Amino acid sequence: MKNKRPTLIHQWLLIALGIVLTVLMLVVPLALIFSRALSGGWSLLVQNLNEDFMQHAIGLTVLTTLATVPINLVFGILLAWCVTHYDFVGKRVLVTLVDIPYATSPVVAGLCYLVVYGLESAFGSWLYDHGIQLMFAWPGIIMVTVFVTSPYVARILIPLMQAQGADEEIAALSLGASGWQIFRRVTLPNIKWALLYGVVITNARAVGEFGAVSVVSGTIMNQTLTLPLLVEQLNNDYKSAAAFTAAALLACMAMLTLVLKTVMEWRQKRRDDTPAHFVPETMTSTSTKP
Amino acid sequence: MPPQERGLPKGGRAYSLPPHAPAAYAVNSSLRFFRSPPVLPGFVPSFGFSVLYLSLVILIPLSALLLYVSDMTWEQYWRAITDPRVVQSYKVTVSGAFYSTVIVAGIGFVLAWIISRYEFPGRRVIDALVDLPFALPTAVAGITLSALFVPEGWLGRWFAPLGIKISYAYPGLVVAMIFTSLPFIVRSLQPVLEDLEPEYEEAAATLGATRWQTFWRVLLPSLVPALISGASQAFIRSLGEFGAVIMIAGNIPFQTEITSLMIFVRLQEFDYPAAAAIASVVLVASLLLLFLLQVVQGRLLRRR
Repeated sequence: MKNKRPTLIHQWLLIALGIVLTVLMLVVPLALIFSRALSGGWSLLVQNLNEDFMQHAIGLTVLTTLATVPINLVFGILLAWCVTHYDFVGKRVLVTLVDIPYATSPVVAGLCYLVVYGLESAFGSWLYDHGIQLMFAWPGIIMVTVFVTSPYVARILIPLMQAQGADEEIAALSLGASGWQIFRRVTLPNIKWALLYGVVITNARAVGEFGAVSVVSGTIMNQTLTLPLLVEQLNNDYKSAAAFTAAALLACMAMLTLVLKTVMEWRQKRRDDTPAHFVPETMTSTSTKP
Repeated sequence: MPPQERGLPKGGRAYSLPPHAPAAYAVNSSLRFFRSPPVLPGFVPSFGFSVLYLSLVILIPLSALLLYVSDMTWEQYWRAITDPRVVQSYKVTVSGAFYSTVIVAGIGFVLAWIISRYEFPGRRVIDALVDLPFALPTAVAGITLSALFVPEGWLGRWFAPLGIKISYAYPGLVVAMIFTSLPFIVRSLQPVLEDLEPEYEEAAATLGATRWQTFWRVLLPSLVPALISGASQAFIRSLGEFGAVIMIAGNIPFQTEITSLMIFVRLQEFDYPAAAAIASVVLVASLLLLFLLQVVQGRLLRRR
């Protein structure tokens, strides 16, 4: 439906209400973050950014994200390919399983990993005896982040690939293309923008994950503090300016995410006029429109 | 590539099996596993990796938690999950999620409505900003909202004279949940609103319906499935929300402690079994909600 210009007074009032709500709920918080980060002036901001703990947290967050995103990218593509191009018993189960990390509280997720790989379990202590410590160290942080961000790429690709169907792939097959050629030359160009946009979201959630990471991190300064954990730690220590400096960094990442998301959604829409939504529009495949 | 002769079923089918057809189908052509024959190659690697990944990353850790809990005696388990402070945290979490879902459904409805039906300056900015709560780390959302709503904060100062305390109190917890679940409502409603054909409204108008009648009797019923789906997602997310809530709620025992935080508190007391017991309750509850949502969505769609 083509959007129309509002004509009646109550339509304008509704729009005004929407704008006020947006400003109060979304714009004011953003403004607050940057005004607090700059409350001590630029020199304090730069000084805070150069602190050891800040540098270390940035490094660990980047490492976590770099490890998480490729894993979930590969998984998302394979799962989406599998459930959209074949019809087999148990397909719905796979699609439901990938929704679980959405519905699970991140703290519960962290605890699950702690129970498997921590010293509480036989496996965890066996690993520890062999000099491998996963929990309360960076590998654990990566593992829980992978869990929490696993649905996004798959969830964005599944409705899109369902809508696109397999006709083009089958045509390529009949022309003698191999599986890899079909994927690279036919499927990939069709889903390119949605895929990039899945990467952007996975990235945003991986950078920002808090609950699960805080369970398995042990919050050791300069060792296992990611940026979101550092925000909490500094805030608890009443170092408000430093906390908001870290928060401002994360907010910049969030705003960049929004810009990239808008661009990619627009490109994908232009490609096939099937909207890919940022928050996957439903948690279940049943309601994706064919 | 020469046409494939391998594995041609005896019934004289019109097509030959593709070169990469999995053995499961070639051997057993009675369609036991596949509901329709796989045509494209790549089933084995994609299915194999997906199942392996889902087992390693999701199924094993979740089952391990339930196994861990099963080591406890029933009495220990019961004591851990019915501790008065924990029971109070269930009430706080569920009621907070409920109130926030009701409020955010209203706010989200207004935003989705104006974004998808009207053209006005700033529409695209609002459309993009709606996802901010999803992209902004929850810890950042938490400290920001709490700084906004303290009595001397930018927004809190309007509530302070009325004697309403938001940060470090129960309303703060609801505010945090509203913020983090906003995108779910808007993004559920938006596609449906955009797909609504103007013919229905025009037909209603020609039949003499007033604007309100058109809204209540024609538009709203077609939005209800999306609204239910969005609200359930918002509710489930609010139940599990941790980062934003603990920064603003003040975490006062028996008043503003959420269940996720109780798990965390038990962990810090090194009482792993109690933490796992509470977590198992949360896990089972959220899985039940997830399946319920699927069933309801299936029903609603079939009806449509």
